[in-house]
Amino acid sequence: MIPPIAKILARHLLKGPHTMKDAPRPDPGGVAELAEALGQRARARLGRSLSIREVDAGSCNGCELEIHAVNQPVYDLERFGIRFVASPRHADVLLVTGPVTRNMEEALRRTVEATPEPRWIVAMGDCARDGGCFAGSYAVVGGVGDVVPVDLHIPGCPPSPRQILAGLLALLDTVEGK
Amino acid sequence: MIGDVTLLEFLSLGRPVEGHRPWPRFVLDQKGWRLLIDRLRVAEWSVMAEWAEREHIHVALRDESAGDIAVASHHCADRRFLALGNVRPGVIRIERAIHDVWGLAPVGLEDKRHWVDHGRWPARMPLAAQPMGPSAEPDAYPFLTAVGEGLHQIPVGPVHAGVIEPGHFRFHCQGEAVVRLEQRLGYVHKGIEGLLSGAPLDKAARVVGRVSGDSTVAYALAFARAVEAATGCEVPVRAHWLRGVMAEMERVANHVFDIGAACNDASFAVMLSHMGVLREKILRANDALFGHRLNMDRVVPGGVSHDLSDEGSEALKHLLHGFVRQFEEAYQLYENTPSLSDRTVSTGIVQTSLIHRFGAGGFVGRASGRGHDARQAPGYPPYDKLDMTVPVLTEGDVNARILIRFAEARESLHLINRMLHEMPDGATRVPVPEVAGEGLGVAESFRGEVVVWLRIGADGVIERCHPHDPSRFQWPLLEAAIEGNIVADFPLCNKSFNCSYSGHDL
Repeated sequence: MIPPIAKILARHLLKGPHTMKDAPRPDPGGVAELAEALGQRARARLGRSLSIREVDAGSCNGCELEIHAVNQPVYDLERFGIRFVASPRHADVLLVTGPVTRNMEEALRRTVEATPEPRWIVAMGDCARDGGCFAGSYAVVGGVGDVVPVDLHIPGCPPSPRQILAGLLALLDTVEGK
Repeated sequence: MIGDVTLLEFLSLGRPVEGHRPWPRFVLDQKGWRLLIDRLRVAEWSVMAEWAEREHIHVALRDESAGDIAVASHHCADRRFLALGNVRPGVIRIERAIHDVWGLAPVGLEDKRHWVDHGRWPARMPLAAQPMGPSAEPDAYPFLTAVGEGLHQIPVGPVHAGVIEPGHFRFHCQGEAVVRLEQRLGYVHKGIEGLLSGAPLDKAARVVGRVSGDSTVAYALAFARAVEAATGCEVPVRAHWLRGVMAEMERVANHVFDIGAACNDASFAVMLSHMGVLREKILRANDALFGHRLNMDRVVPGGVSHDLSDEGSEALKHLLHGFVRQFEEAYQLYENTPSLSDRTVSTGIVQTSLIHRFGAGGFVGRASGRGHDARQAPGYPPYDKLDMTVPVLTEGDVNARILIRFAEARESLHLINRMLHEMPDGATRVPVPEVAGEGLGVAESFRGEVVVWLRIGADGVIERCHPHDPSRFQWPLLEAAIEGNIVADFPLCNKSFNCSYSGHDL
């Protein structure tokens, strides 16, 4: 019997990855072009690559699901040199989701402090703007901008992978000279 | 000693509450509450959820042999209640959280540490009748200890290395072996119960749909069913079936991706890529058919917000055809990769006895011999019209949890296909009548049973609503699963559970 892994690997070698051929629908929003532009700008600004550290400051985990999606083969952010890293000490960008809960406020501040300059903070999702539907609770401080300075906001509940790519592109457009 | 008393027979010693649907609610006095706890020592009654109000404690119970469901309530005039945690350990953390948020003290509970209150809120006991002033500085949390030669601690979190939610894990290890894991959660406590009190129906639906984003359809469904029960709203048949399609799409999307992520934590990355592609197909189909990749806010009280066109139905059938083939390919890959089985088989075992003691449901329960599924018991449409099998294994290891998820996803794909073929025509939404009432809603999320209890005022505003996440009974078992395993297997064990932080912390 041919092992299943051999079949899968052989098929990908012959037919190429999912990223190129196997999107369920044609790219209506030009995801590929967007990702390409994103990669070029990241290289122009940072010379090498962009490292992102994700911080969940109180989200419902919806935003995390879509961050996983941009890392998967269909969007494959990493092919453009943009990757998610395990520590804020390795990061250029902090991607913060959720309303900031009071129980996460200090952890968020400390994560920002642990990120070397120059650094950018992106608030992702409607909750991260102003607390969203959780604003006004005793347990919620508010949006990310109420706790740490924010360079960019990516809207959506949760933002789609395309919105995430567009947001990172906008960040690279606006941070020149920092 | 009483003989084999059913739950309903027992609770009839209390005072029935008018207007609680679809299952009855009884108010027990001090003596009745004490008798209930005595009875729980021997009876096969599972706790479905426990929650509080300013002066009341409520518990939803299911009689496992008779199948009945009922809510028992108790007025705690002196702001204390006899804890259920001593007879149902799964609710210990819930009762600690009730003390933190509502100020009702669980009497008899050994663990008196704060749980979701970290000493960082503007008030202690914020939802109590008289909240207390804030803590001068954040609480230090006294972790349980482990003593012995060569033991060391590993603190992890709240900010983790992966793209996951925040929580703290404190490991006591001897060399590579985990001697004790203790969790500290509550970091994403958003005060959802406080936000829901006084919220109009549409706002409340939005918030409940975001208790745990990955189970948004299940939460919206449980909430809608609770509202419909409370108000006596009759939902059109087609809406039930569309809800079923959305719920099964959610189940498949979560199961396939979590299988991939668990394998990735055993360094088998190709499965994550394969499953990531499959998940994306489901999310894009959701977006095309219902206008949202996760189907947030699509299930609403009174029905569903989006209908499915014939064209959309055909497109989905076509998509499923190819999807099933690639899904089975992943299953073959999983079953025929010895290096992967080496990591998953006999890792992170949860004993069946513990599963029953904690009343854990979902794939965590079903991998350890507890076969409960809310789609069957109590059951709700459209599943009452569909034959479905609920897979159960008894090994209780990571492998069993993954195999259960394969089997459930396969069953869900089958169910979606059947629902698309047999879907009745008709309306998809009716207005919700503006009447007062109390309702209990249950829905099976991919993790297990989501329970929503609520009381609506005559003005159509939510007076009190409590959403219960299945993770609440599963989190403590992860501590048991990792004991004696190596630290390097923790991510694998954790992902094989994939409990919700947000749903737990509320």
